[in-house]
Formats: sequence, C-alpha cells, structure tokens
Amino acid sequence: MSTDISESTPVDTRPNIVEIDNVAKRFTIRKDNSLKERIVTLGRAGKRHKEDFWALNGVSIDIKAGTTVGLIGHNGSGKSTLLKVIGGIIDPTKGSVKRRGRIAALLELGAGFHPDLTGRENVFLNASILGLSREETEEKFDSILAFSGIGDFIDTQVKFYSSGMYVRLAFSVAVHTDPDLLLVDEVLAVGDEAFQRKCLDKIRSFQQEGRTIILVTHSLGQVVELCDRAILLNQGQVVLDGNPREAVADFRDILEGRRLREKEQEQETAKEKHEEVAPIDEGTVVGVTAFAAGHAVGDPVAPGADLKIRVELEHPTGLTDWVCAIQIDNELGQVAYGTTSKRLGIELQPLRGRRTVELTLHDVNLGTGKYFINASLMDMSGRHLHDLPQATSFNTPDYPLAVGIVHARPEMAELS
Amino acid sequence: MKAQERFDALSKQPLVAIGSSEGKVVSTWASLRGVLQHRQMLSLLVRRDIKSRYKDSSLGFIWALVRPLTQLAIYYIVLGKILGAERGIPEFAIYVYTGLTAYGLFSEIVAGGTSSIVTNAGLIKKIYLPREVFPLASVGSALFNFMIQLVILIVACFVFGSPPFSKEAIYFLPALAILLIWATAFAILLSAVNVYLRDVQYLVEVVVMLLMWASPIVYSWKMVTETPGISQLAVQIYTNNPITLAILGFQRTFWISGHDIAGSAPGGLMLKMVIAILVGLVFLFISQRVFAKLQGNFAQEL
Repeated sequence: MSTDISESTPVDTRPNIVEIDNVAKRFTIRKDNSLKERIVTLGRAGKRHKEDFWALNGVSIDIKAGTTVGLIGHNGSGKSTLLKVIGGIIDPTKGSVKRRGRIAALLELGAGFHPDLTGRENVFLNASILGLSREETEEKFDSILAFSGIGDFIDTQVKFYSSGMYVRLAFSVAVHTDPDLLLVDEVLAVGDEAFQRKCLDKIRSFQQEGRTIILVTHSLGQVVELCDRAILLNQGQVVLDGNPREAVADFRDILEGRRLREKEQEQETAKEKHEEVAPIDEGTVVGVTAFAAGHAVGDPVAPGADLKIRVELEHPTGLTDWVCAIQIDNELGQVAYGTTSKRLGIELQPLRGRRTVELTLHDVNLGTGKYFINASLMDMSGRHLHDLPQATSFNTPDYPLAVGIVHARPEMAELS
Repeated sequence: MKAQERFDALSKQPLVAIGSSEGKVVSTWASLRGVLQHRQMLSLLVRRDIKSRYKDSSLGFIWALVRPLTQLAIYYIVLGKILGAERGIPEFAIYVYTGLTAYGLFSEIVAGGTSSIVTNAGLIKKIYLPREVFPLASVGSALFNFMIQLVILIVACFVFGSPPFSKEAIYFLPALAILLIWATAFAILLSAVNVYLRDVQYLVEVVVMLLMWASPIVYSWKMVTETPGISQLAVQIYTNNPITLAILGFQRTFWISGHDIAGSAPGGLMLKMVIAILVGLVFLFISQRVFAKLQGNFAQEL
C-alpha cells in the first residue's frame, strides 16, 4: 500500500518539484567510431552511417512534492532516459526540465567509489559528489556507518569488500544526503533480503518525510506497493499517467500484446523454414479459451465466479490413452492452480480429429492481477506430447484491500 | 523535517532549468560558478587521484620522482657528456632538470586531462556534476607532483648550483601562469573531444613527446639561434611558442649561471610572456565554450 503522507497537506496545494515540458531526446547511432572512419565517411556519405532514434518524444509531466512516482515500461521504452534527463545527466534535445531542491540520484550504487581507497575515504568522496559538505559528512558519519553495517571494515580498501558490503555502504551514503528528490533506478534489486527490506523501510520513511521519489523498476509489485502514481512509457511516449494499479494492468496488456506478436513472428519464420512447431502426428493443443460463467471472453473474472476453460485438441490418426493438463500461472510465472484429467480420474475418449475439453473451476478466488493458462497434451506416462504455454490470459478485477494470488475478504479487529 | 516544512521550504525555492536543449549552451560564468560550488569535491577528487596512484606500492611517492630523475640521468649523461650538448651550458644538470620540471607539469596536465572524462565515465553517466571538475582535478594532481619536483629542484640549486634568489626569479610567476593556462585549456578542450574520438588520447601522447624537443629543455635557446642557415622567422616562431617562453622563464629563475651568458634568452621576454598569457586566456575561454557545447552528450557517448 502506498503510504499516505500528512493528510493535512492535500496533493493539489503542494509545490511542483519537477516540471517536464514537452521533452524529447534523440540518440544518434553512429556506425563509424574511429578518426579514420569519420574522415572517410565525412560529409554526405556520413549521413548513411547515422541513425536517429527518439528515446523520448513529447513527454510532459509535472510532479508534486512528496509523491512517489513509478516509471514503468518495457526495456527501451525510455524510462531510464527520462530519469537521466530529470537528473541532469543527459540534456534533452527539445523541451525543458525544471527542478528545485536537493537531488540524489541512485542510478548506480557506488558510482563514485574508488577501489583503492578505504571505505571511510570513499564515504567522504561519495558524499561530496552527492552534494554534502565535509562538515555535514562528518556529522552524519556515525549514522552512515551504522546504517551500512560495515563495522570495522570501514578502514579497509573497498576493493576487498564483498559486493553486498559495497552496495550497503553506497546506499547508506546516498540516503544520508538529505535529498528532496531521490531518483532510483533498479538499484533496489541488489543486496540480500534483509538489506532490501531495510532499503524499502528507508524509502517508506522518506515518503513520510515528504521527500519525492522517482522510481524506475521492473518489479511491478513494488510499483503497486510503493508508488502513489505510475507513469507508463512506451516507445518514448507517456501511455498512461495515474493510478499505479491501472498502469500496471495496462503495462501487462502491452507486454502480452508484444508476446503474442513475437510468437506469431516465430511461427511465421518456422513456417518459412518448413519446420513444424510440433510434429502433427503426436497431436496438438490447438487453442484455449477461458471465461467466467455467464460472461464474455475477456471480461474480468470476479472472485466467486465459476471459471470455464475450454481446450481444443487435435490428432490426425488417433490417440487412445491421453491426458489433458491445465495450469494457471500468475504474471511472474508462479503456479496458481493446476490439474489434469488423470488427477480427476477421468478417462478421455480416444482423440481423433478435433475435440474440446471443458474444465469448470467452481468458486474461483484469485487475487488482483493477470493470469495465464497453459495447456498440455500428455500420454499416460506423463510425457508431454504438445504444450501450449500462455495459451490465453484473463484478468481479475482490482481489489484494493489486498495483494497476492489468493482472494479473501479481510477484516481486522483489535482484540486487546 | 516534517513533510509540511519540506513543502514550504521547497515552494520558496525557484524552479531551475536543468540541462539545456541543443543550441542553448550554459554560459562560462554559470560553469565557473558550478565548479566553485563543488570545490570541496574537486579537492577530494585530486586527493583521490594522488592517494590511489601509489596506494599499494611500498615506495609510494618516491615513484613520482623516479621518472624525471631517470630522464635527467639519461639526458645528462647521453646528451650532455657523450653528445656534448653541455658545451656552453654551465650547470647542465640544473638546466636540464629545470626544463624537465616545467615541461613535466605541462605534459602531465595535458595527457591526464585528455583522458580524464573517459576515465571517469562511471561517474559522468550516473551523477550530474559540472564536468569541468574532471580535467581540473588532473590539473590539481599534476600540480602536486610538480610541487615535489620543484622542492627537489630548489634543493639541487642550493647544493649543486647557486641559490635561486636573483631578481630574475620574478619570471617564475608568469612562466607558471603560461604553463597552467595553456595546459588547462588543452586539457579541457581535448578531454571533450576525446569522448567523441578516442584516438585523441593516443595522439596526445605522441604530440607531447614530440613537443618536448620543440622547446629548449636539453639544448639551449642560444644553440637554436646560432644554427647555421636558420631564418629569422623560424626563430621567432620557435621563441614565441608558449612552452618555450615558460621554460625560458623557469631557466631565468633557477639556472642562475645562465645570466652571465650573452644571448641565453630572447630580449623582451617579459612582454612576450604577458602576451602569451593573454592569448592563453582567450584560448582557455574558447576551450571552455567548446567543452560546454560538447558536454551535453557526454553521458550517451561514453
């Protein structure tokens, strides 16, 4: 759940901390990099060795102080570029970025660490790079050391540190710089679980202190959990800006669409090469549809509904002993549910030509998210004759009271 | 700080434009102010360079002296004694070491500065800092080495030559200024160009090696003027090379026995040096403008 900070300060009255106006960023991809090649391809010929790529295109965003914003999008959608533009590391090609307050960028932990210097020396260097004066660093040094948990190793050269120690020290310095605006890029994925927890706790306390956090992450769970606003980028443009849950759901649709396109292409190339995706005489899972009873395909599956899954299978010559297996995964690929006709003790009629098997799941209670259905055709020994992974998908409606795979109605009471 | 206090404090601060779109370039004044704001970090960067360089060697800073002293030994023995270049140059060892000290400062700033942006790519790609601090940090660490050499030079003057306390010692200041201004200008300019064309840093190594012979370091200025068949124009060009002027200035300061030799330095040296300083300042300004223009794309080119 996103932390609601200071109820007394409505978001509307807070000052903007970042104003991004119609920002575009062009990258020029050059194929000639040495002096010789540049001279050879000078002038008109040089144009052929250049390729333009718009990493950001017409992005306008205002960010209020005290909000936690998640930037999501697939690889190459421009989210890291946007973060770097906000951080001033990359200049935009067009448009303007305005900002106020102290900023700390956690784009890479320990970017300024020098391996030959001791932990202590690196703390001072890194803190000054992040904008702290020497006196301020001295004042906060004990706190930095305590948070990092480095202990006596502080006077050892950092090249002898384990990667975890390195990251802990770097994060510790960064969070002690008292930033108004914290830019975080994927760095929370490092470190052990205990330290990750510590980082997330620190981020929550940052939220309560009214600091603004802009987060780039692939962990959609984190976005839903931490952010009070999410911005979905696709091909350098803002697709959706608002509620993290909606943005995450949209993003999953984009990913799903891309996955389907890639699969089609794969099949086409396979056809061109005259390769069969699966040998037809072993049978094929042709398709899967899933829907809540009484609803159309594609409608969200509400908790308590009966889920019907229809699997269409095909075998040209005839298959006597066969098993149909169905599995439901969440978007992380974790199994939410799975069963087979064998488990259910059903002996299916010999498969000849096309046949459809329907599985009804009564009173399905799945938590918020997107779910995928995998179907398999197996023989009695459990050998997979043909799999159709992620054959179809369905969504469950947004349920703000809980996260996770299981849906259950929560009720909390204070007993003593 | 409570959230509300933070919001109040923030709303009092003005919104500042970050970075610049193409076409608009940060002014020199703004860049200078940025560097001044980060001067503490600059000093830490210089210290980092110096400390890390000899951190794990048992002789430490002594290594900083081995190179110039070895050069001195080679030039003194091979050029001076065997090839006979020391004829007409009294206290040849002091003479050569003076030139080497001065030229060492110039070459270290230019070579170190050129690669400074590429070397610090990790920082530049991840954190915004006024990028000028990186070439400036290499100026700082070169100055540190220069100071050590200078101390040795002064001690050597006392032991082997004459104490460098003549009124000619005034030449030291403009000479040092010429070296610093020109070397810094080259360092800033080339460090930016090097990001786009990595060939530059290898080219610089060669040119720096070559330039050493274009100044009176191991031979005397007098020898050049007395070269048979040399045109007046060539002598003028050779003399007004800023490095030559700076090295002549150093020699006026430390090579006391040269004062007695007629024609050991060009006339009007001080005026020439002042002109070199002024031209150098213009060059420094232009270098900074080029740097400011090019730095916007550093993060993506590295």
